[in-house]
Amino acid sequence: MELDPVYFARIQFAFTISFHIIFPTFTIGLSAYITTLEVLWLWKKQDHYHRLARFWTKIFAVSFAMGVVSGIVLSYQFGTNWSRFSEFAGNIVGPLMGYEVLTAFFLEATFLGIMLFGWNRFPPALHVFACFAVAIGTLMSTFWILSANSWMQTPAGHIIENGVAVPVDWLAAIFNPSFPYRLAHMATAAYLTTSFVVLAVGARYMIAGKFPAEARTMLHMGIGFAAIVAPLQLFIGDQHGLNTLEHQPLKVAAMEANWNEKGSAPLILFAWPDQKNQKNHFEIAIPGGASLILRHDMNAGIPQLSSVPPAEQPPVANVFFAFRIMVGIGLFMIGAAWLGLLLWWRRSLFQTRWYLWPAQHVWWIGFVAVIAGWFVTEQGRQPWVVYNLMRTADAISPVPGGSVFTTLVLFVVVYGIVFSMGIYYINRLIANGPKIPSDSPAPSGMPNRPFSSAPNEKEVRL
Amino acid sequence: MEWYLSLIWASILGVAVAMYVVLDGFDLGLGILFPFTKSESERDQMMNSVAPFWDGNETWLVLGGGGMLVAFPKAYAILMPAFYLPVIFMLLGLIFRGVAFEFRWIAQTSKPHWNFAFAAGSTLAAFSQGVILGTLVQGIKVENGAYAGGPFDWATPFSILCGFAVVAGYALLGATWLLVKTEGRIAEHAREQAKYLFGIVVIFMGIVSLWTAFGFPRIAERWFSLPNFWFFSPVPIVTAIVVLTGWRALANPAREVLPFLCAIALFFLGYTGLVISNFPYLVPPSLTVWETSAAPSSQIFMLMGTLFMLPIILGYTGFVYWIFRGKVKEGEGYH
Ligand code: HDD
Ligand code: HEM
Ligand code: HEM
Repeated sequence: MELDPVYFARIQFAFTISFHIIFPTFTIGLSAYITTLEVLWLWKKQDHYHRLARFWTKIFAVSFAMGVVSGIVLSYQFGTNWSRFSEFAGNIVGPLMGYEVLTAFFLEATFLGIMLFGWNRFPPALHVFACFAVAIGTLMSTFWILSANSWMQTPAGHIIENGVAVPVDWLAAIFNPSFPYRLAHMATAAYLTTSFVVLAVGARYMIAGKFPAEARTMLHMGIGFAAIVAPLQLFIGDQHGLNTLEHQPLKVAAMEANWNEKGSAPLILFAWPDQKNQKNHFEIAIPGGASLILRHDMNAGIPQLSSVPPAEQPPVANVFFAFRIMVGIGLFMIGAAWLGLLLWWRRSLFQTRWYLWPAQHVWWIGFVAVIAGWFVTEQGRQPWVVYNLMRTADAISPVPGGSVFTTLVLFVVVYGIVFSMGIYYINRLIANGPKIPSDSPAPSGMPNRPFSSAPNEKEVRL
Repeated sequence: MEWYLSLIWASILGVAVAMYVVLDGFDLGLGILFPFTKSESERDQMMNSVAPFWDGNETWLVLGGGGMLVAFPKAYAILMPAFYLPVIFMLLGLIFRGVAFEFRWIAQTSKPHWNFAFAAGSTLAAFSQGVILGTLVQGIKVENGAYAGGPFDWATPFSILCGFAVVAGYALLGATWLLVKTEGRIAEHAREQAKYLFGIVVIFMGIVSLWTAFGFPRIAERWFSLPNFWFFSPVPIVTAIVVLTGWRALANPAREVLPFLCAIALFFLGYTGLVISNFPYLVPPSLTVWETSAAPSSQIFMLMGTLFMLPIILGYTGFVYWIFRGKVKEGEGYH
């Protein structure tokens, strides 16, 4: 049997990047949250902020490590699996990712050392600075990698020379048409996702009657943040969609599962898209809804899938369902956050079990929305890897399908082990809770304490 | 202009790879040495001696790979498929050793598993890097600008030998790093190990050098044709001096840093030899740095950023090493 390298390379990429994105989403949000907690601690001098900051730092460390190791796999995968893509787009995507390494990865990775190991050793100001550097680093990383990805969605600032893309206008390439929307949407997604994790952990302690001060703070911060940012995300997402309508109309046609309706398009709440027969089954729809959202006019037409031959269409069902999962979660988040706000306002938040009990179990919804969103973005772009410039099938490396298949199996096994252990350990850290063993001898952990100038320090001899 | 742009980029890549080999070399070396100590507390100290740094160290690998994509996309597109399996094995190894840094502290009953993951992951990563190096030196089959070999072309006695050589070399870096960062029993232990490793590494270097010099005609010609021979003769002479110095430093317990520096110097010399053997080929024996280079506008755009950022990166990397200077003590851990 001939194994198709393109097929397995796609699955491998989808698998490894879906795994990776979980951790950046969390570390982007968490580093900002930890910085906030530490600033609050220094400002208000209340100890539970300190305990919380240290508690989340431990979880951060585990998550960050998984983000780093899975990220390195991705950057090499461009060469191993998608070498023709690397050759074609390397002139543009390469420097963007190169800037990510120079401005973000080194910053995060280096200051991480101080963030994790510097608690008792350095003055708090240096420690806050390190946390801040890590938080900024994760954002810069988001900036560059999303610029690279957005260039693949809406290429700009280049010409094609001898079959490869050559940059002519870097500003246009970096700030390509879909990039500002994607950056805003993804950064907000990371913060929102993290706020639901914080909220859920707060609810968990509140229900268990443990760590009351910490639980109250987490509930307040989680709900307060989400109540503002979740509606904002709806707005950004809507703008993002309008941008997509302009630049990648077929993607929107797939999101709305609109096969051939040229006039007023309904908002489909549920359907079973059938690519083979080019139509929907079991459709439940609001007439004119999609036209109203996308064109602000009930009777205006929206893009149709039938405007291209079936072979040129993205996989409609995946895009359609992934989009509904994401938007559904987005709406749910708005509802959950506002409900919490209402209870908070009526001073019954901490006693309302019917709210807290489900809340402690929804820590994962943001991650699902993020992955669903990426499936919309990436699969909606098919069959192109660089929109209208290079097809996915032409991007593959000259490697046998067997190699790609074997390594895919290895990745699934290894990630399966690492991921389940990671979740298990994070859960254990959460179960242990924000305690600082007060009797612990100043855990000076690492070598040296420059700011405590231990007198018996032994000099290192050359 | 374009002529020396590619040379500048080749040097930047060279520096990134050298930084990676030295910095992650001692991290990985500690993992390779992990099974050779029985004491759990010694293992804790070994890990603590690099815990604040390992992530930054590994980032040089990302810069190496990323830099090649930036400056020489064609070379990247040929080499990565050629190294397919070794690269994936290296990545899998790095995954295990990376997460072991965090998981090992949290694990209770499964701590031995993460000890194993740390050791096996480090060893696998080091071995794969050696294999990749060997594969590069022995030459890559290219047709029509794409990799034309099979999935197992890398599996030759020479590249396997390089794999073992790199494992030994990293272990030496790790052991001598422990002389700098620890004291007492663990440091004594490391010194004993370093003595053996030093000998093994010198033997490996000898075999690999002779093999490359006599086994690959293009490399033999590079070294032994006149006047090249006279230009390059300092390399083996300096190597001999470094070997002697390192050997004496290891025998003298008062020397704590010199052995580490000598280990680095050994790597550096081996690296110089490699560059001499292969320059200007990036994909030996067929494609040079110029034939694989990116569009000049991409190289310039990235060069500006690199010249600006690299000093800053080196600055704060140095800062973090400095504030964590001094010896790791027993029983100390941040977790
Ligand atoms: C929205 C943000 C985002 C997205 C879409 C991606 N990443 Fe990522 N990546 C990060 C945000 C991030 C981060 C927040 O900067 C991480 C996560 C945890 C970490 O250590 O840094 C990271 C780590 C990380 C690392 C390790 C860095 C280190 O050594 O410190 C590499 C090599 C990559 N990523 C590469 C990629 C590639 C090639 C991607 C796409 C194909 C990708 N990432 C998607
Ligand atoms: C981080 C979140 C991301 C997720 C969850 C994601 C998801 C996916 C999925 C599911 C596919 C497979 C699509 C298919 O074959 O049907 C894919 C393909 C791909 N994506 Fe992404 N992606 C993400 C970010 C990125 C970024 C940031 C880049 C580039 C800078 C990128 C580049 C690619 C490439 C090169 C492919 C392979 C070709 C293809 O199959 O289309 N992706 N991604
Ligand atoms: C609430 C209503 C939401 C709307 C209307 C919306 C809209 C969209 C649209 C149209 C896209 C595809 C963009 C494209 O590729 O052209 C997208 C992608 C995405 N969405 Fe949403 N979204 C919503 C909520 C959310 C939420 C709650 C999250 C996560 C917490 C999220 C995370 C993402 C991510 C990660 C992507 C892929 C990256 C990107 O293209 O921006 N979205 N969203």
